[in-house]
Amino acid sequence: MGFLRKVVAACLIVAATLHGAAADEADLRLLVAKFAAAKNFQATEAVVRELGATGDPAVEKLLTALSQGGLYVRKGDDAVFVGDETGQDVQLRDPLNGAPAGVAAKADLSKVKVNNALRRVIRDALGGLTLGSKDPAVRLAAADTMFRNPDPAAIAALDTAIAGEDVTSVKTRLEQARAAAVLLSDLGEADKMTAIDTLSARADQDALSQLTRFHTSAQGALRDAAGAAVALIHQRLALWQVAQNVWYGISLGSVLLLAAIGLAITFGVMGVINMAHGEMVMLGAYTTFVVQQAIRALAPNLFDWSLAVALPMAFLVAGAVGLAIERGIIRFLYGRPLETLLATWGVSLILQQAVRTIFGPTNQEVGTPPWMSGSLQLGQLAITWNRLCIVVFCLAVFALLLWVMKRTRWGLQMRAVTQNRRMAASMGIRTPWVDALTFALGSGIAGIAGVALSQIDNVSPNFGQGYIIDSFMVVVFGGVGNLWGTFVGAMSLGILNKFLEPYAGAVLGKIIVLVLIILFIQKRPRGLFALKGRAVEA
Amino acid sequence: MRGLVTGWTMTAMAGLVAAGVSFSAPAQAADDTIKVGVLHSLSGTMAISETTLKDTMLFLIEEQNKKGGLLGKKLEAVVVDPASDWPLFAEKARQLIEQDKVAAVFGCWTSSSRKSVLPVFEELNSLLFYPVQYEGEESQRNVFYTGAAPNQQAIPAVDYLMNEEGVQRWVLAGTDYVYPQTTNKILQAYLASKGVAAEDIMVNYTPFGHSDWQTIVSDIKKFGSAGKKTAVVSTINGDANVPFYKELGNQGIKAEDIPVVAFSVGEEELAGLDTTPLVGHLAAWNYFQSVDSQANAEFISAWKAYTKNDKRVTNDPMEAHVIGFNMWLKAVEKAGTTDPDAVIDAIVGVSVPNLSGGFSTMMPNHHITKPVLIGEIQADGQFETVWQTAGLVVGDEWSDYLEDSKNLIADWRAPMSCGNFNVATGKCGGKGGTTN
Repeated sequence: MGFLRKVVAACLIVAATLHGAAADEADLRLLVAKFAAAKNFQATEAVVRELGATGDPAVEKLLTALSQGGLYVRKGDDAVFVGDETGQDVQLRDPLNGAPAGVAAKADLSKVKVNNALRRVIRDALGGLTLGSKDPAVRLAAADTMFRNPDPAAIAALDTAIAGEDVTSVKTRLEQARAAAVLLSDLGEADKMTAIDTLSARADQDALSQLTRFHTSAQGALRDAAGAAVALIHQRLALWQVAQNVWYGISLGSVLLLAAIGLAITFGVMGVINMAHGEMVMLGAYTTFVVQQAIRALAPNLFDWSLAVALPMAFLVAGAVGLAIERGIIRFLYGRPLETLLATWGVSLILQQAVRTIFGPTNQEVGTPPWMSGSLQLGQLAITWNRLCIVVFCLAVFALLLWVMKRTRWGLQMRAVTQNRRMAASMGIRTPWVDALTFALGSGIAGIAGVALSQIDNVSPNFGQGYIIDSFMVVVFGGVGNLWGTFVGAMSLGILNKFLEPYAGAVLGKIIVLVLIILFIQKRPRGLFALKGRAVEA
Repeated sequence: MRGLVTGWTMTAMAGLVAAGVSFSAPAQAADDTIKVGVLHSLSGTMAISETTLKDTMLFLIEEQNKKGGLLGKKLEAVVVDPASDWPLFAEKARQLIEQDKVAAVFGCWTSSSRKSVLPVFEELNSLLFYPVQYEGEESQRNVFYTGAAPNQQAIPAVDYLMNEEGVQRWVLAGTDYVYPQTTNKILQAYLASKGVAAEDIMVNYTPFGHSDWQTIVSDIKKFGSAGKKTAVVSTINGDANVPFYKELGNQGIKAEDIPVVAFSVGEEELAGLDTTPLVGHLAAWNYFQSVDSQANAEFISAWKAYTKNDKRVTNDPMEAHVIGFNMWLKAVEKAGTTDPDAVIDAIVGVSVPNLSGGFSTMMPNHHITKPVLIGEIQADGQFETVWQTAGLVVGDEWSDYLEDSKNLIADWRAPMSCGNFNVATGKCGGKGGTTN
């Protein structure tokens, strides 16, 4: 590694001063051809090092392809290509200039294998090569790579890069990368003090890691300065930690709310103990899977919209199944909670086994659209896109449901029927249909929750089981029959859980939450927001 | 409640039979067949992993019948569904042995299910072939452990990370039950013996099916930024793996920075996952589908033809069943009978080809010899072998790194015939006892 760094640094200096001293293309091709003869990781690594040492920007694409496993050797003539896999074929391109070079069957090619160590070597080599790239994002990535693997030999190259840099954000990163390298170098105390300041201003986990490493080996004033910087960063990060726990709590709370919101209607409003609720969530997730399969087969370019298509479908599928369950089973069991519990539990087993028979017992792959992958950096807070989408989606579903319940005629009838069935019937409301539609609505909402949850959990026949207990917990805790109670219940359980988890661990944290809920229910049997008045006793 | 489960299970079974699961011809008289019990969950949480093993057994039995069966008789599979319910495993095992009079049983996945059936096999004196990697600390006369013991999986994986990747800081993350806890205990002792300080080890347990990994993944990230190379050793089981890996990918933890080596993630688990963000994370097994050997290529194509599914993958526990089944066949032929006592005596020392191109042998402690492979996850959901042991590793049932088991050995040959012989005291019956 050390040798490589020196070589890379050396060629950086050359590259920076001579502005891309391109090696002779014929020589490069000779080097590239060596991949065909490299039979193990060490041999491949040697070739990568040689290529990195040329300092020629032309090898950048080739090395990137190699680290992603996209470099092939044709078995017939040992020619090396960059390739894109499409089914059983590979589209070949020239390794240096990227010109198309035809198509070959996968069986006729052998892939150049990479492992983690090799990927690191490639990353380091690329970091040096791309420092002079035209794209600021690439330069930024290069600066970050050099920051994480600081090397005193690269200081000169970094100085050149900093002098020529006109994008402020990239410049800052380059200066930080330089500071990290300075700490490892044998430069004087003054330089190192400045470097400590630079890193301390960055104040994130990576800077902390560099400073901690320096702190253990430093002496005298430098050691004190580094120690102070470490303490300062720790303090800052502790604050961010609180913000992070709140965010994780909200995110867990929104998952709980999504899972429980359908139940808040069927159990909370109608009073039906629906053990098959989790399976409605599962049906929603499987609908997403089927919709994605169909889109992959029929219109692959619409894949980014697959979740939007799946939402109404999941609502309809789960709603229809819910309607069938209500008409077929539950309507005969109103007022008999124990029988309802057993019957719906039986239904949940039937649904699980049916799905298992149709789709098989293994997990199904539900794809995540690209816009929902990765994370967003907010200060020291990493917010993953999929969680953010779920929080937003969950709030939207909640608002919509609240509107339906409070502002529509149907919602009015629903509330009327649940509060006083006989009077509602006397007023001309067809109570059986209101029951059926309410149950279908609850189930449909569970279905769309399944679409969202398929993004963070396994889509398997057991999918729903994991949510059923949590859902009941949220509804009972929040107060049966009150949507706002469900909302507050879900969020407070989520946040409580996430504040306990770092100290108590996931297992104990969950137990503590359960114990707290039991104590709470003892004190307030009707939950956070209890319904008051005559309706409750009816 | 149990009654209901069983009821549905029976319905499911009936459905399976109706769906054309191949049993041998019903016209044959019972005396002309040798019955083989298959005890894997076909419903409930473990169905995801165990259903494939049931299919593997039916496949192996069909192949063997094509070759003429065993001792001139046809083999007949008796499939039962213990429905991921540990006590039901014992009930179904009893039914297989007492009612169906099977000659041997192939089954179980979780340690809980194995522990549940042990007394039954001991009492009724039958044979169990257990195909899954497990925590060790056990050796029973009636059980043959064809999966990996900790020294055939966990310890070589840690060695690899320490030597090849230069890892100095360790996160031991697992699901909260017996296998991860015992394995982590052994690993902690092993790491301590290699001079790793206690503050460089972080142990974390999560419940079964844990799906919210945000806090733990960010804790791992934090733990990994202390200036020392960090790796995660994962004994996370089953379904919880998918959200764990998704969260790793989303929070941008790359294998080059913090590699995760998993002991319960194989080809089957990766099949339900987009593996692009996972490329480079590791798994330690004794077999990968990608292993380049003649025996493996033949097995894969026969398996795909049998399942009529070109995408069906193979995995390590399947290979363990292949080895176990062939060992049993060979031992029965050697003994000339399916009588359990005769087979137990005959099987020690039996050697059969494994799928990675070598041979596996049944040792006197009822564990087998295996190569250990470390593989990196590839974008196509397969593993690329990056390292393997020079030779075969003998399964060590009693860990040398735990204080209360380091003096124990197992040897089921006469005259010792003991599963927990204490070499320090010279007596049989140390920790655990035979029904542990």
